[in-house]
Amino acid sequence: MWRVGTVIALHDETATARTISLEVPDWPGHVAGQHVDLRLTASDGYSAVRSYSIASAQNSEHRVEITVERLPSGEVSPYLTQQVAVGDRLELRGPIGGWFVWRSQQDEAVQLIAGGSGIVPLMAMIRSRASAGSTAPFRLLYSVREPTAVFYRDELRMLSDKDQSLRVTYAFTRTAPKDWPRPPSRVDAALITEATWPLNLSPSCYVCGPTPFVESVTNFLTASGNNRDKIRTERFGPTGERK
Amino acid sequence: MSSQFSYLDGNAAAGELSKIFAIDVTGAESQCANCGAKMRFAETHLYVQAPGFVARCPVCQYILLRLANVRGRIFIDMRGMTYFSFDTDHA
Repeated sequence: MWRVGTVIALHDETATARTISLEVPDWPGHVAGQHVDLRLTASDGYSAVRSYSIASAQNSEHRVEITVERLPSGEVSPYLTQQVAVGDRLELRGPIGGWFVWRSQQDEAVQLIAGGSGIVPLMAMIRSRASAGSTAPFRLLYSVREPTAVFYRDELRMLSDKDQSLRVTYAFTRTAPKDWPRPPSRVDAALITEATWPLNLSPSCYVCGPTPFVESVTNFLTASGNNRDKIRTERFGPTGERK
Repeated sequence: MSSQFSYLDGNAAAGELSKIFAIDVTGAESQCANCGAKMRFAETHLYVQAPGFVARCPVCQYILLRLANVRGRIFIDMRGMTYFSFDTDHA
């Protein structure tokens, strides 16, 4: 079933990523981690459907936010990040998915691991935790190319500064800030051990990012002793644009 | 990018399958008819380079489910699964 949402706000997260806020009058509500399918139809009838994770927490305003990374050769993302304007109407289907979700009733330790734009559904979990007043211990390990590619930077800092039970660790893969303790490199076994919850807490792990990232992180987590049944994953395509 | 990583996961098929299944498929459990592995549909490897998609077993790569959308008809081949079970409590 396709619904119609109206664009009510646009916000640039980085030079290539934009958050689109939609008001969807008949929105039934969602759970953190779910996604929507967006359908764009050209004047000749050609249509394209893409999946985007929901970035916002459940709210009473029927508001749904997605953050879209622009891909140079993308068919849909250049339109969404450069041409969509406030007041435009977009078709969407959802919310979709009931597996890669965090519910505010969960009180166990949670380990979030994001690769690039894989942060989006994990941010929905962090926002849902905050809006529900949950004290579930959360850690986020966020692997990102460089500081200017970080999404939601100020909000993450604000939330983690005032909350001892939310810790954010960045892993820069290409360029790190000056004096950053760890040289730019991919997430490895040592960083997983250092930045994630100790095994005795038996954390629920949510891993989201490009397929190779998810595969390697999942392998590090299981090799370090995490139970495979406690790891939930969501993969983006090699292009980053899920079909 | 290496072709060994050309797949997504079952999450990406959930929107299309919501046309057919009333209950969310990502948390549904299936069993591979080839190796017997049990997994949530979200954990399957999904290949979308087709007029539809193919979901494979993450353990043995056997084809669990194929969907094709051809001229107004959706075809689903599920012979690669011995069962597909749905959680009705969160439906």
